Amino acid sequence: MAKILAVDDSASMRQMVAFTLKSAGHEVVEAINGQNALEAAKKQAFNLVVTDVNMPVMDGISLTKQLRALPNYKFVPILILTTESGTDRKQEGKTAGATGWLVKPFNPEQLLATIKRVLG
Amino acid sequence: MSIDLSQFKQTFIEESLEGLDVMESSLLNLGEGTANLEVINNIFRAAHSIKGGSGTFGFNDIAQFTHVLETLLDQMRSGERPVTQHAVELLLASVDCLRMMIDSIRDSTNYDTEHASNVKQQLESLLENRDQQQPAAPKSPVSTTVVQSPSGWLIKFSPHVHMLKTGNDPVLMFRELSNVAAVEIKADYSDLLDFSDLNPEDCYLRWEIRLTGEVEETAIKDVFAWVADECDLEIIPLQRNEPSSQIASDNADVQHKQAVTHPEPVAVQAEDKSHAAANENPVPLPANAPKITAPVAVANSAANKEAASIRVAIDKVDQLINMVGELVITQSMLSQLGDDFDMEKLEKLRNGLAQLERNTRELQENVMRIRMLPISYSFNRFPRLVHDISQKLGKKVELKLSGEGTELDKTVMEKIGDPLVHLVRNALDHGIESPEMRVKAGKNEVGLLQLNAYHKGGNIIIEIADDGAGINKSKVINKALQKGIINSATEVDEDKIHELIFRPGFSTADAVSDLSGRGVGMDVVKKNIKELGGSIVISSTEGKGSVFSIRLPLTLAILDGQLVRVGDEVYIIPLISVVESLQIKKSLVNQLAGKSELYRLRDEYIPVIRLYEIFNITPKTTEFEEGLLIVVESDGKKVGLFVDDLLGQQQVVIKGLETNYKRVEGFSGATILGDGTVALIMDISGVIAMSKSIKKHSQSENASGSKDAAA
Repeated sequence: MAKILAVDDSASMRQMVAFTLKSAGHEVVEAINGQNALEAAKKQAFNLVVTDVNMPVMDGISLTKQLRALPNYKFVPILILTTESGTDRKQEGKTAGATGWLVKPFNPEQLLATIKRVLG
Repeated sequence: MSIDLSQFKQTFIEESLEGLDVMESSLLNLGEGTANLEVINNIFRAAHSIKGGSGTFGFNDIAQFTHVLETLLDQMRSGERPVTQHAVELLLASVDCLRMMIDSIRDSTNYDTEHASNVKQQLESLLENRDQQQPAAPKSPVSTTVVQSPSGWLIKFSPHVHMLKTGNDPVLMFRELSNVAAVEIKADYSDLLDFSDLNPEDCYLRWEIRLTGEVEETAIKDVFAWVADECDLEIIPLQRNEPSSQIASDNADVQHKQAVTHPEPVAVQAEDKSHAAANENPVPLPANAPKITAPVAVANSAANKEAASIRVAIDKVDQLINMVGELVITQSMLSQLGDDFDMEKLEKLRNGLAQLERNTRELQENVMRIRMLPISYSFNRFPRLVHDISQKLGKKVELKLSGEGTELDKTVMEKIGDPLVHLVRNALDHGIESPEMRVKAGKNEVGLLQLNAYHKGGNIIIEIADDGAGINKSKVINKALQKGIINSATEVDEDKIHELIFRPGFSTADAVSDLSGRGVGMDVVKKNIKELGGSIVISSTEGKGSVFSIRLPLTLAILDGQLVRVGDEVYIIPLISVVESLQIKKSLVNQLAGKSELYRLRDEYIPVIRLYEIFNITPKTTEFEEGLLIVVESDGKKVGLFVDDLLGQQQVVIKGLETNYKRVEGFSGATILGDGTVALIMDISGVIAMSKSIKKHSQSENASGSKDAAA
């Protein structure tokens, strides 16, 4: 089972993601924004990062870029949670180095299916 | 596995309401034309979060509403749309509307769908105005998928060298394909460099995958959707069958498939980036199409409005953990001491017990702090309220908040909200004058309304001060005469005027407005504050303004009590209502007709209540000289309680009588004393009421000619 970093500024989304992943037997660490996540990622190793895009302090795109710059996170899958609105953040996320995305709103089953895709 | 999403509902509601507060206060900061990007970003982010959450947790009407809102905000954010006063007002209305919708989820009630769709339509029409000037939004890409069911596919997959760096692993994709259908995979390693030139982080391999079975092309594209930009992909049907325009949509992964409903078959171009785009983008919602759906039915019982949960700052929790740690250390020290105790260790034991006491007290104080919230939670609504009301009244008002960090108990905060709103409305409606009148009176045309909070002793003081007209005394007196509350002989001093203002049904407003002046309010304000164990004082100067000071206990869970003894019983009188305690000089007691006794306290006469009489117990003494008189104040009236003895003062933890037993007249609760006995906490106004009903023929209200005797 994997150790996963779940990043979202919205407590309810973060809880939902964390609860779903934990129910599937994964170990989950939560972070409330990119900065917070980056600090956690430097302290411990994760097998996967699941991050929201639009967050205060540091958004998911910057987080992805900064993680990819760390030697330990060069190949770690990073999933971004996006909504279909406004500018195309998915492409921005991909360019920053994200592995893939999950479009909000999603349900726990979709999340787990997507996770399976990057963790095997 | 199925996960019950309703467990996150409470958090969603809380954060959404917080988000709405942020939106509201940011909107109020957003003056016309000033497109402060950071402020707009804050508003956008809050709306965005609410949209994401509501969609995920199944509140689709909210998701649709916020979608429109978000589109509008996005245009403002990118500078496409100017920030107009009209737009700000509409956004504020949207915040109200969302708040109503979220409240309805919380309370499991229906909301005014008509109002919601009305506001939404206004948002949409604002958007459409803009859209007319804008070229139409780019539609979904022209090249779409061939919708067919061939017997198999040949997939040519050539990753770009850097593909691995986005964390995508070809092996996992192949595994996923193998879940869809039987696969046969051939690797082409002709591009592989010499070992010495090889960069281990790059990908040099290409693959050819033969898929057999009836598989939709989209299912294949789905697998490669994330790497569409990082590879060359060719998907070739092995054997063409009849094209079918329908597609099975009962697949769980609807998100990635929505674009596949375009009917016209077009040849597939592997390198075309629009593949990915077509697959990833769910069909954009047409701006005017969505209708508000019926309110979401909420299955489980409503989390009620007051205090279902509380947010606690992490430092408070850390402190608690620290203290519990210390408590454990003290406890283990004491138990070690107890194992082989002899009298030589008495000093140590004493120290240990003192430490235990300190630990316990600190722990108690800090547990209480958990329920404490900064009053900003309550103050935050006022900028909006003042904005709305002053606009309505055509007045110019500057609101100054101070002491927002002052903490008080969550329950007290919730109950003081409405009284504060009343007082602020009053200040705006009756206090602060119109700009013209202010200028005429030589004042700044902008009125000043101040809300201030601070701690004083064990209380919190909240002041609502305005620099308006002040209370017009003659108007109050005339009104009181007119209503027959006083007669022309009544002496009317400052206190009497303030007392009149708090009488039910008393209003000096010339005309009843929809804001205030109906005469409901001030008496309710006073009642609410009294229920919280607090008090309200007015000081007002005609022409200069008024200050309303509310004094409230910091918490309802703990009370400073004066312990008294009557017979064998110990009672607790809330210290806040104790004025003084004294030995009685019999010469100062006056007997009145019936059984009433009045005590002359300096220049006032106060009625004496013999507690043993109303509680029907046997006292140690019935002689005034042998007991003590405790002068207490309730509702602005003083009475003397005759007791046997004064014991100590201490903080007591209030236990409800109703929850454990039943409501008892004259008592507000009970507590457990240090020796384990239960002591009842007196409710002074209840005791006064009891004494009245016992002395059925007590003096009439005006007999003494003094308000102080009118117990």
